[in-house]
Amino acid sequence: MEEVPGIGLKSSEMYSLIGLLEDRPKARYDFSAGPTVSKFLLGLKEGKILGKKCPRCGRIFVPPRSYCEWCHVATSEWVEVPQTGIIHTAVVSYISAKRQRLEKPEVVGIVRLDVPGYRDKEYEFAGLFHRICIDPKLVVTGEAIGMRVKVRWKPKEERKASILDIECFEPVR
Amino acid sequence: MRPNIFVKDRVAIVGAGITKFMRRSLETPRELAWEAASQALESAGLTLKDIDCVVTGSAPDTFDGVHFKGEYIADGSGGISKPITRVYVGGGTGVFIPDAGFWHVASGLCKKVLVLGEEKMSPAHPHPQYVFKYIWDPILERPLEPNLIWIFAMEMRRYMAKCGAQKEDIALVSVKNKRNALDHPSALIPANITVEDVLNSELLVWPVNLLDISPVTDGAVALVMTSEDVARRLTDTPVWVDGIGFTLENQHWYNRELSFPRYLNYAARMAYKMAGIERPWKEIDVAEPYDPFDYKELHHIEGLMLARPCEAWKLVKEGYFNRDGELPTSPSGGLLGVGNPIAAAGVMKVAELYWQLRYEAGKRQVKKAVHKAVANAWGDLMQAGTVIVLSN
Amino acid sequence: MSRVAIVGAGYYGFKPQTIDLSFQDLMFESSSRAYASIDPRKDIDAFVDCQEDMWEGIAIADEFAPEPIGGALRPTFTVAGDGLQGIAHAYMMIKSGYFDVVAVESHGKPSEIKTLQDIYRFALDPQYIRPLEPGNPLFYAGLDAVAYMKRNNVKREHLAMVAVKNKNNGLRNERASFSTKITLDEVLDSRFSIYPMSKYEIAPFSDASITFVLSSEENVRKFTDTPVWIDGIGFSTETGTGATQWHEFGRMKSMREASKMAYRVAGLDGNVDKYVDFAEVEDRFSFMEPLTVEEVMLAKEGEAHKMLEKGDFCFNGYKPINPSGGSLSMGVQLEATGLARLLEAYLQLINKAGMHQLKGVSKALVATWRGVPTYSSVVALLSA
Repeated sequence: MEEVPGIGLKSSEMYSLIGLLEDRPKARYDFSAGPTVSKFLLGLKEGKILGKKCPRCGRIFVPPRSYCEWCHVATSEWVEVPQTGIIHTAVVSYISAKRQRLEKPEVVGIVRLDVPGYRDKEYEFAGLFHRICIDPKLVVTGEAIGMRVKVRWKPKEERKASILDIECFEPVR
Repeated sequence: MRPNIFVKDRVAIVGAGITKFMRRSLETPRELAWEAASQALESAGLTLKDIDCVVTGSAPDTFDGVHFKGEYIADGSGGISKPITRVYVGGGTGVFIPDAGFWHVASGLCKKVLVLGEEKMSPAHPHPQYVFKYIWDPILERPLEPNLIWIFAMEMRRYMAKCGAQKEDIALVSVKNKRNALDHPSALIPANITVEDVLNSELLVWPVNLLDISPVTDGAVALVMTSEDVARRLTDTPVWVDGIGFTLENQHWYNRELSFPRYLNYAARMAYKMAGIERPWKEIDVAEPYDPFDYKELHHIEGLMLARPCEAWKLVKEGYFNRDGELPTSPSGGLLGVGNPIAAAGVMKVAELYWQLRYEAGKRQVKKAVHKAVANAWGDLMQAGTVIVLSN
Repeated sequence: MSRVAIVGAGYYGFKPQTIDLSFQDLMFESSSRAYASIDPRKDIDAFVDCQEDMWEGIAIADEFAPEPIGGALRPTFTVAGDGLQGIAHAYMMIKSGYFDVVAVESHGKPSEIKTLQDIYRFALDPQYIRPLEPGNPLFYAGLDAVAYMKRNNVKREHLAMVAVKNKNNGLRNERASFSTKITLDEVLDSRFSIYPMSKYEIAPFSDASITFVLSSEENVRKFTDTPVWIDGIGFSTETGTGATQWHEFGRMKSMREASKMAYRVAGLDGNVDKYVDFAEVEDRFSFMEPLTVEEVMLAKEGEAHKMLEKGDFCFNGYKPINPSGGSLSMGVQLEATGLARLLEAYLQLINKAGMHQLKGVSKALVATWRGVPTYSSVVALLSA
């Protein structure tokens, strides 16, 4: 297969092609959160993190789901869980979702919450993905991994029953 | 376990075709599909009339800007009054399409199957990466406006923390693959680079630099799969599909330990069990682990049980995975060197093993004798593991 | 070689909107009902989900497939196509001997799509069709209808009869939200929606999730005493949506090819009519019902509309077609529509169709088309 077909173009060539057409999808959706996620979001509005428990295996899920994916049964009990945890992983982003340079680097990561029922080294845990308000240097040195953090809420008036009601996770002092 | 091994027809790959992997191609998606499909048919000595069924794969419709993308490329893929379906497991599609082709033949419904992966990412503008805004959970993740690279960076950071690997160690994979790609005619960004080049390239999301990532690519790859009797008539060197495996993890990637891909491990065990392989680190001669990012190759090598967890980064330093090493990985140059047209990339890896097992890989041919090979692809939100085990 | 049977089915929805549940809740509900006697975590070998990204509003909708249907950390994948195409995959997987029990799920939640027609428009060829700005993207159906009517001398009345039959059939079916006691005159008096069809002859949309469980013959008795055998399955695509000019307008060649494949797989030769007691076929546009009946060779070419007129396809007729009321009264659930047809046929064959139960039926044909602007069809043959 020495000769492979394909004609590659430079950016300027592509955008000056005759017959190049531009189009945009009009795609708008209204996603129903469903009863479980709705209650979780309302809990965020009140400054609480709610988890839901599987009656069969006992796992407490955060974020909660209507079903336990490991047992395939409906989850039942609601549990308010601690708002503290440790950083499982964190990174420093210099680019936005649109691939543009950010003015200030953003630290995001996964926080493993102190939800009971999960063993220390267990593969699964209850946790959230969110922004982390720490010095980016700590991510590079590795001190961030395993650091104790807690939720920093947005002011009560600004909460809209959204995942963004959490401002970020910040170190526990 | 059936003792009579002649009960079931084996499934073979008898042809492969590939286009150039380009940053932006002049060809339309249907044309790209046609190029790869007609090449594959020619290499198998068949025409479209001979084909019974077609399986295609193509990742997000949003790249090409057409809904029902599978239907759009159907005619270019050979789906003209033929049974054709499109399968889709995100980035894992590439290795999954031949997995699906496997049961088209093994069921007895189709004797000759055309298997095709196509991707045209360039139409999305201003930048194809923006399409990845829509892969996240609309309620719990999208409001944070995540960039796709974030999730990889988080996984890479976790792997580094858990296993003690440094950026310099991981960058060796990028160096290896881009160098391997110099010998691949389709390669988009083959190059002789050094670890310093990787570390000095644009910092996107620490710890990920630009040269740690595979590029946006347009391309298509096709294979022809047939039953054993047909294969033996067409060629003296069919490549057998000994095992297929696929697993999909849950969607809550932030509820899981990211340093080890257990979903890939499950898929690999499924494929190895089917293939009768008990010690992959000894029995596999050459591998094409999915490498959209350099650390991902190490991650997948461990998931495929070709090295112990947290050991792969040490072996890279020793040259263990080089073309002239103990267990060559990505001799093609992988996604890092050849390119990453999401769904076609995995098929490119399977095609590479096809050529390796027939000793037709030219300058890319690995030094040692090859009998058993494994390829994997990854997809979704750290969820899809798809595996295929081949032998000659 | 072992046969393949449906050993369980479940559904949830079939309503114009299901705002109280998320799409994953729908999937969990329908799969829980399908798994009444099955433990998906232990008994099911693979899971097939059928959805298209732009219907879901999520690029890579496959990500959200495994959890609610029991497929997390199991062999699960997505077929970007109609639910019946997923059934075809499951059939092949079981026939290969490597999988014993496979679940197939598909769902549609069109109520969440605010710009549904724009998504259809987005499926049109970007270079040759979209720039024409054809208004309603479903115009293709009108083209096919007119060509079909001309070819066989079918009148507008015949198309309206399909709407009357199906909308009234649906009155017996609790899953038919759009059934209504309509008369032929009322249909003929209403305005054209897409010429030559009025709004009664074009199926509306509804939300639903449907799950099936298929098993190899050896394992059937573990799960049910009333298996429904899939004797044949066939699928075909006539041409791509980027080359609709290659489609033979007024015909549905893919339906014919799919049925030929299904009959070949079932080992049938010649007279299909005596094999099939009733059929659940494509009717999202009224003309598709008689056209489908001809293309699956249940009626000779040019005869279907005459049989329709005679009353052969009525609920109490010689060969009931769409006794459930079809998509015209149940709505189209996007990619789950094929499974809706399969569900209705399945319930008939296990005697659970309630008020619209046909008497003494044991063999059925199910036929679906993926809708505008595709030319892909799937046909399945069932027996109890």
